[in-house]
Amino acid sequence: MKEHKMEYVKLIDTTLCTACRGCQVACKQWNENPASKTQNHGSYQNPQDLEWNTWTLIRFQEYTDTDGNFKWLFRKDGCMHCTDAACVRACPSGALHHTDYGVVAHNREICIGCKACTSACPFDIPRYNKTTEKIYKCDLCYDRLKNGQPAACVKACITGAITMGEKETMIKKAYDRVEKLGGKAVVYGDKFVGGTHVMYILSEPPAVYDKLPVKPSVPMSVILWKNLFKPFTLIGMGAIAGAAALHYLIKGPHEVHEKKEGEE
Amino acid sequence: MEITRRGFLALSGAVGSQAALGAFGLMGPVKAYADELSKANKVKASKQYTTVCAYCSCGCGLICSVDYMTGKIFNIEGDPENPINEGSLCAKGAGFFDLTEANKHRLRKVQYRAPYSDKWEEKDWDWALNRIARLTKDARDKDFVVTNEKGELVNRTESVAHLGSSNIDNEECWLISMSVRSMGLVYIDHQARV
Amino acid sequence: MTNHYIDLKNADVILIMGSNAAEHHPMAFKWILRAKEKGAQIIHVDPRYTRTSARCDYHVPLRSGTDIAFLGGMINYIASNDKFFHDYVVNYTNAPFLVNPDFQFNDGLFSGYNPEKRKYDKATWTFQMDANGVPMKDFTLQDPRCVFQLMKQHYSRYTLDKVSSITGVSKENLLKVYEAYASTGVPDKAGTECYALGWTHHTTGSQIIRTMSMIQLLLGNMGIAGGGVNALRGEPNVQGSTDHCILYGNLPGYLKMLNTSCPDLKTYLEHYTPKCNDPQSANFYINYPKFTVSFLKAMYGDAATPENEFGYNWLPKLDDGKHYSLMHLFDKMYEGKIKGLFSYGTDPAVSSPNSGKVRKALEKLDFLVSANIFDNETCSFWHGPGVDPTQVKTECFLLPAAATMEKEGSQSNSGRWVQWKYKAVNPPEDALAIGDIQIRIMDTIKALYAKEGGPNAESILNLKWDYKDGKGNFDALKVAKQINGYWLADSTYEDKLTGATKDFKKGELVPSFGMLRDDGTTSCGNWIMSGSFDEKGLNKMAKREKDDPTGLGLYPNWAYCWPVNRRIIYNRASCDVNGKPYNPKRKILAWTGDKWVGDVPDGPWPPQADKEKGKYPFIMKQDGVGSLFGPGMVEGPFPEHYEPLEGPLAKNPLSNQLINPTIEIFKSELDTVANASEKFPYVCTTYSCTEHWCSGALTRWQAWLLEMQPELYVEIGEQLARDLRIGNADWVHVSSARGRVKCRAMVTKRFVPFKVEGKTVHQVGLPFNYGWLYPEDGSDSTNFLTPTVGDANTFCPEYKAFMVNVERA
Repeated sequence: MKEHKMEYVKLIDTTLCTACRGCQVACKQWNENPASKTQNHGSYQNPQDLEWNTWTLIRFQEYTDTDGNFKWLFRKDGCMHCTDAACVRACPSGALHHTDYGVVAHNREICIGCKACTSACPFDIPRYNKTTEKIYKCDLCYDRLKNGQPAACVKACITGAITMGEKETMIKKAYDRVEKLGGKAVVYGDKFVGGTHVMYILSEPPAVYDKLPVKPSVPMSVILWKNLFKPFTLIGMGAIAGAAALHYLIKGPHEVHEKKEGEE
Repeated sequence: MEITRRGFLALSGAVGSQAALGAFGLMGPVKAYADELSKANKVKASKQYTTVCAYCSCGCGLICSVDYMTGKIFNIEGDPENPINEGSLCAKGAGFFDLTEANKHRLRKVQYRAPYSDKWEEKDWDWALNRIARLTKDARDKDFVVTNEKGELVNRTESVAHLGSSNIDNEECWLISMSVRSMGLVYIDHQARV
Repeated sequence: MTNHYIDLKNADVILIMGSNAAEHHPMAFKWILRAKEKGAQIIHVDPRYTRTSARCDYHVPLRSGTDIAFLGGMINYIASNDKFFHDYVVNYTNAPFLVNPDFQFNDGLFSGYNPEKRKYDKATWTFQMDANGVPMKDFTLQDPRCVFQLMKQHYSRYTLDKVSSITGVSKENLLKVYEAYASTGVPDKAGTECYALGWTHHTTGSQIIRTMSMIQLLLGNMGIAGGGVNALRGEPNVQGSTDHCILYGNLPGYLKMLNTSCPDLKTYLEHYTPKCNDPQSANFYINYPKFTVSFLKAMYGDAATPENEFGYNWLPKLDDGKHYSLMHLFDKMYEGKIKGLFSYGTDPAVSSPNSGKVRKALEKLDFLVSANIFDNETCSFWHGPGVDPTQVKTECFLLPAAATMEKEGSQSNSGRWVQWKYKAVNPPEDALAIGDIQIRIMDTIKALYAKEGGPNAESILNLKWDYKDGKGNFDALKVAKQINGYWLADSTYEDKLTGATKDFKKGELVPSFGMLRDDGTTSCGNWIMSGSFDEKGLNKMAKREKDDPTGLGLYPNWAYCWPVNRRIIYNRASCDVNGKPYNPKRKILAWTGDKWVGDVPDGPWPPQADKEKGKYPFIMKQDGVGSLFGPGMVEGPFPEHYEPLEGPLAKNPLSNQLINPTIEIFKSELDTVANASEKFPYVCTTYSCTEHWCSGALTRWQAWLLEMQPELYVEIGEQLARDLRIGNADWVHVSSARGRVKCRAMVTKRFVPFKVEGKTVHQVGLPFNYGWLYPEDGSDSTNFLTPTVGDANTFCPEYKAFMVNVERA
């Protein structure tokens, strides 16, 4: 479906992150995502989780390692832009799709809000907005990439913890870095789901990090869905008509909503 | 300074030493979500002005993109040319757009609260300036100290004070420093101590 | 900062102490981590493990308010283990100077203390002079009365055991830091220190910074790339607002404010122009009269004449020895003696210590004029919690101000880089730049005085006040030029060193403060900024060129850096007495036999080995060298550890002098204190966070920032939380002798208890970014807890160490 002329990888080096959250805000600024009303839950982390309007989030985690050393771990969570993307496989409307650069983008116009992607994604990324009845997630600032600009989070990053470039270069960079760091440092991202277009350098084993799957994979149900059902639903019907039909099947008659707050 | 198209091209250098994204910026026909001008294209077509962050003292450079049609700022991000921040920004810098008039909380009118009143009321500048000048002159003149208890010439007033600010420009600071001293104020301070 | 942010990348060891740089100066960490990537060791010493600690090589927890003990121990380590940089210490500091035989230190007090006045008579804090009036020296540093030996003796009391017991830092950790930092006391290594409000916000703040300055002098780290003592200042233009002296005690350019002991200009100039009989000391402040007269010409214009002492006596004078700082201001206001307050871009109802007192004080005002971009707790004090508006007489004005991108002007960063900003858009509706507001207010006041007259009306009427453009608006460029200074008559300048001359026309700008005059033929609004324009009017603050000839990140053609575009202050000390760089790998300056190349040198003179024309490197110091013995401080020439006004100990482990003997004690009925009290057993400190700024008066209105840090919290260590049965995110009350706040508990591993004098001492901390006005269900302000007390030199309030209790709400 999509020709991959050039693949990019966004590399997140957690050993350089100061959790200043420039990325978290730059993402909201560029994508014009509003803020949520939050509370302090006894941590700096806020919002508590990714939300339809929070596509990237710094997770704060207090951790004492096996040697008794205290560490404060910061991990920038967000879409991993998988090569074998469960969300794309699961999406019946074609709203979630691969574009250039390896980006998994989302066409909100044709999203039917079926939420198939939310249960499919091994990283728990896509978020549903009840008001607009649509899915939201990071598109790696596809518009910026097209225009020769780094993603907003990459541009904002102060310390060079988030960098971006051609895939092979970045994978090499990741492994070079891990070698330099030594210890328990590992590369995360290139060995599953066909390789992700967002990769981490982690200072601790992946299992230590909150909400980071050790061995992410596309769920079997999604593989079955794609192979058995998806061809009958959308392909050959035209995306929009197919989406409408599918929406009807899943949700019943569609009602026209007035534009509400929080809608793009 | 106005940064035009050249400024936008400069913006694309921000990725640093990684594979130059800029080189691939004109990649061939890609599927756009909509026909309308994308935000990145809007930035390219905007008037651009450099400014400096108004939070901590690092002095990070920012670029404000102003829409030619509306005359409003619609995007603010780091100035990649500025050697201090090289285009990057922390949370406060990255959120700078929220200090523009797009923030609904911005003050837009002169507000006045009369003695013992429980509300603000809107006033015009002329009225406020005249009232402030009157109150200031009356307070200053009433308590003005020409000579202190020892009979030494001091030419000061202790009943009017000035506070602030470390978040205004140098030229404004200097004007304040001059004007409050010309009036004889001595209780003069700002955030340098706090 | 003596250096600047980018220069942090040139360091070999970075000690971050008194600062949470990653959170409060995030961009500093760009450069700190560049140094780390090159192998530099990064050390964080702080009561709490923060985002800074997370990226350092290691974190060393220390009890709030014990920094002098910690650093005094380091001086002891350096001096007794011979870790200092001999060549530098002997040539560039006052270590060899012989001190007055009557100077003494005994049980926490220096000679000359007057307990009633809480002040010292500094008569014995002097040097022994030779027949020419030059300080006597022992270059072997062996004379028991030389500064080095007295210093060594003073800090010999700061043993590892003693320091560990005071600070709560383990001896292992003390040694680890001392060894690492002292490793920079060699010619080819650079150590730098980053501090911020974590040092200034103490009753001993200035002396903490001085202790570090002494260490930097001992290790030869001043004036070099990757070195210095670097204040990471907290606000965007606090460097500029301080340079232009919106401060009671100084006039622009740090000229001294007039006081009653100088009744005329002549006395004033004699008093403040330092004298030095050593011909090798440049004693740069010998130019004080030129800066002062040029300033008066800038202020009063043509009205300032030699006959009227350039308007000297129109200016107000302070009473000798009296202070008028923020804390004094609110104390006076609380007494009902201040009737009107102008409050611009500030929110003292949240940011000032002992906020309960501050808010009561505001109710006593007749009028309050605020100018801000958002409403805040100060402007709106009259409808705050517990205030009945119908009982508040104050007439309040809230003037809408332009945000920074809505006006043109310059801003000075902490590294003294003055960058020009451009106006992107007009401010919304009736909002105006503060410059416009001030011009309009002053125009109106001037008109009133022209019509009605009044006491000392000459000062107001003669104030030069023509800073508007053709449309009647504030013209930042016009003001900037006035600050830089003008030639007021056709003049010829002669360079004394080379004999070269240059002619200037009346109306041209003065291209350097070295050319200013004391006869009224030049004007200059602030001498340190003279040189920000060239004589034809080129604005150097707007420069955007990226050349970097030294390769060390000085960027001499990016913006303007005061003084005279010098990027690293005291840079002549980076070379030996012959002008040869100590560290050829990081060469910021070198003497080529006839001139200096590299950064703009601290004066053009040859290096000090040239006994005829050469000068010592610390040109702003009277004696030309760095001060290990510093008689300028009010507490004494050597910093000494004292406990905070409110602390956990009833006795200072080092002496019988519990608290700083020179701090001013405020005595209103709301200024209560509870030292070593069972009611308030926990040390408390306050701070900001990355997501907010100062009182939060701007950032709380910004939804993306508020989302991340929505409400007040207190950080509590796990053990204390267990003891108090407080769970994470529970509501708690934190109380001090002055007030109480309700907030969320953030139970964390990042606060650990200290062992102090054999006792377990817990410390907690709260951010000071919150207030009642916004968000709607807004939090309490932390400053209800803090005491009205401050540093004895600067009157920076003590926000960093006081005592509280914590209970479940």
